[in-house]
Amino acid sequence: MNKVMSNKFYIAFYIAPALLLLLILVFIPLVLSGYYGLMDWDGIGEKTFIGLENYITGIQDKLFWNSAFHSFLLAIFSTLSLIIYLTVSFILASKIKGADLLRKIYLIPMLLSSVAIAQLWVKIYNPSNGILNVFLMSIGVENPPLWLANPSIVLFAIFVPILWQYAGFYILIYYAALKNIPESLIEAARIDGATPFQIATRIKLPLIKEVVSVTIVLAIVGSLKYFDLIYVMTAGGPNGASEVMASYMYKLAFSNYNFGYGSAIGFLLLIITLIVTFIVRKLTETKDKLEY
Amino acid sequence: MGKKKTLTLLSSAFALSLVLTGCSDSGETGDASGASDTEIKFMHLWPEGSSKKHYDVVNEIIAEYEAENEGVSVDLEVLSNEQYKDKLRVLSTSGDLPDVGLTWAAGFLEPYVGGNMFAPLDDVIEEDLSDAFVPGTTEAYALDGATYGLPLELNIVSLYYNKAMFEEQGITPPETYEELETAIAEFNDAGIQPIALGNRDSWTGSMWYMYLADRIGGAEVLNKAIDRSGSFEDPALVEAAAKTQELVDSGAFVNGFNGLADEEAKSMFMSGQSPMYLIATWDLPNFTTNESVPQEFRDSIGYLNFPTVDGQGDPSSFVGGPGVGLFVAEESEVKEEAKDFAAYFVKAWGEEAVTKAGVIPATKVDAETLDLPEMYVDILNELNGATNITLFADVQMSPDVAQVHLDSVQALFGNEITPEEFAENHEEALSSE
Repeated sequence: MNKVMSNKFYIAFYIAPALLLLLILVFIPLVLSGYYGLMDWDGIGEKTFIGLENYITGIQDKLFWNSAFHSFLLAIFSTLSLIIYLTVSFILASKIKGADLLRKIYLIPMLLSSVAIAQLWVKIYNPSNGILNVFLMSIGVENPPLWLANPSIVLFAIFVPILWQYAGFYILIYYAALKNIPESLIEAARIDGATPFQIATRIKLPLIKEVVSVTIVLAIVGSLKYFDLIYVMTAGGPNGASEVMASYMYKLAFSNYNFGYGSAIGFLLLIITLIVTFIVRKLTETKDKLEY
Repeated sequence: MGKKKTLTLLSSAFALSLVLTGCSDSGETGDASGASDTEIKFMHLWPEGSSKKHYDVVNEIIAEYEAENEGVSVDLEVLSNEQYKDKLRVLSTSGDLPDVGLTWAAGFLEPYVGGNMFAPLDDVIEEDLSDAFVPGTTEAYALDGATYGLPLELNIVSLYYNKAMFEEQGITPPETYEELETAIAEFNDAGIQPIALGNRDSWTGSMWYMYLADRIGGAEVLNKAIDRSGSFEDPALVEAAAKTQELVDSGAFVNGFNGLADEEAKSMFMSGQSPMYLIATWDLPNFTTNESVPQEFRDSIGYLNFPTVDGQGDPSSFVGGPGVGLFVAEESEVKEEAKDFAAYFVKAWGEEAVTKAGVIPATKVDAETLDLPEMYVDILNELNGATNITLFADVQMSPDVAQVHLDSVQALFGNEITPEEFAENHEEALSSE
């Protein structure tokens, strides 16, 4: 095996298929969308080169920054909700009864497709017939909120299913990380008289720090490029109140037939995400390698 | 070792199956006889699963055409609506459009015509179809003096209402705006949300605004504002926007309409929760022939022309427009045959489509001689007597401006902007064109 792996030809040979796919499906489209961003193009007719005009319009576009603000809000909320997921995982990992079943229940939303989740929550939020408002009215609320129609709450109404959708994913990751901590460490702490809370915050948390920092990056990047539930539930409406960067890009390219500008927005989205990822990685960097 | 062999076999079988399925064409082939010399590729958007009746009518017409024209075969490909739009766009970038296909009017057409993808069809219309279409329908497919589509459908918008619910509450169906206001107030008093509206797809709200504009300012004021010979700051258009908000404030529309899709609003109307619903004739089968809708409901549905406002407005002026129409690809290798087929198709389509699929065709049909549900006959007569049909605003506008229009409509209904700001938004978008 060592002999094979030291031969450069074999290394190239093994990497080639994956690299080729990655090139064709990810990197070439990336470069192309950056290139299309330089064009005035409706997606069908002739492309006209207009330099950086689309990018400049994008940077000055209030609607774009408005949608970017919504994306960042989502990123903040997803990051904060990691605390809840972490707490749940601590409880699940502490050998309570039925932990196995609960873990599976938390995972169910992940098994559903985004469109199904969106449809489900559209029904739940239905202003007159939805389960939520019917319940609220039955306990005496006279004018229950119009969840998806009120511009000041629609964004938060959509955050709920998004966070719900990914709960199982993060809980699974944390749970696995916690289960990896050797029992002997916990045992030693307990003998030294540590309370369960101390064990959780002083022993377990530092030990899974790396995993936590990875999930923070995942949550933030995932939020910044989030699209599916929002597109199906409100398509960014009413009047842009729930527009995020990706849905705005889609709208420009496919509804407005403004492919050049849409591509430019897509490229800006990429740049923003890259910068944020870089900053977050820097902030959550762990210097000392842990080994147990 | 045995296990490994099985694995290899399995994986190669899998690979082979991939290759084989990759080869088979996902489209459906109309005629497989090898004798034909000319093949016309035709793509439409009525799959057997969801639009069985349309699908059958198309197949019948193709079969007749092939029987009459020896040596010509039609190669059919069927996709559902949204996929169809995507595929058409992709095919057009690679210069690979089908010889004949379906297109929408005005705004949708623009980029394709600009990219020189569709062939002008004026010669076909003059030669073959000079008096076949309802006036005003082919114009929607015209750009810079040439016509690029042969319209198949024509939709007009009417206010459908639930007679049973009106009778139960002792309310008279409104023919004027004032009566509409009274009806709204009375239904609200009875705890019924009067009008089903799904304004998440804001073209639905746009129809309300368009009708109010038509009744207040006459047939031309909106068209003129869009083609820039007029303005959205015209007092009549500002008043139409104000009236729209007046309706919203009087509790005319169902709760949370800005977050509801049209489908959801429709289901509120069809389940008897709300007594009124403004929609176009494409939903007529649901109110007449569709067997999966309870007979009792279908019997209780009537329609009204949009009410007049302050005694102004012509009740025979409609909002509406052609739906899909046929195009012929400019780059087609069999352009003449394709044009011939398109003309044949349009002629055969009219009666077949209305009797078998419940489509109101864009070609003239004689309602009296056909066996049709009463509401069809009435609406076809209404169409014959129509003084004007204003094309849907979002179809008239270019895609960019249409988006501004739709967003502004949503904001107007949500009381987020004033009628003046509504006008400003449009002016800004249209002047930056």
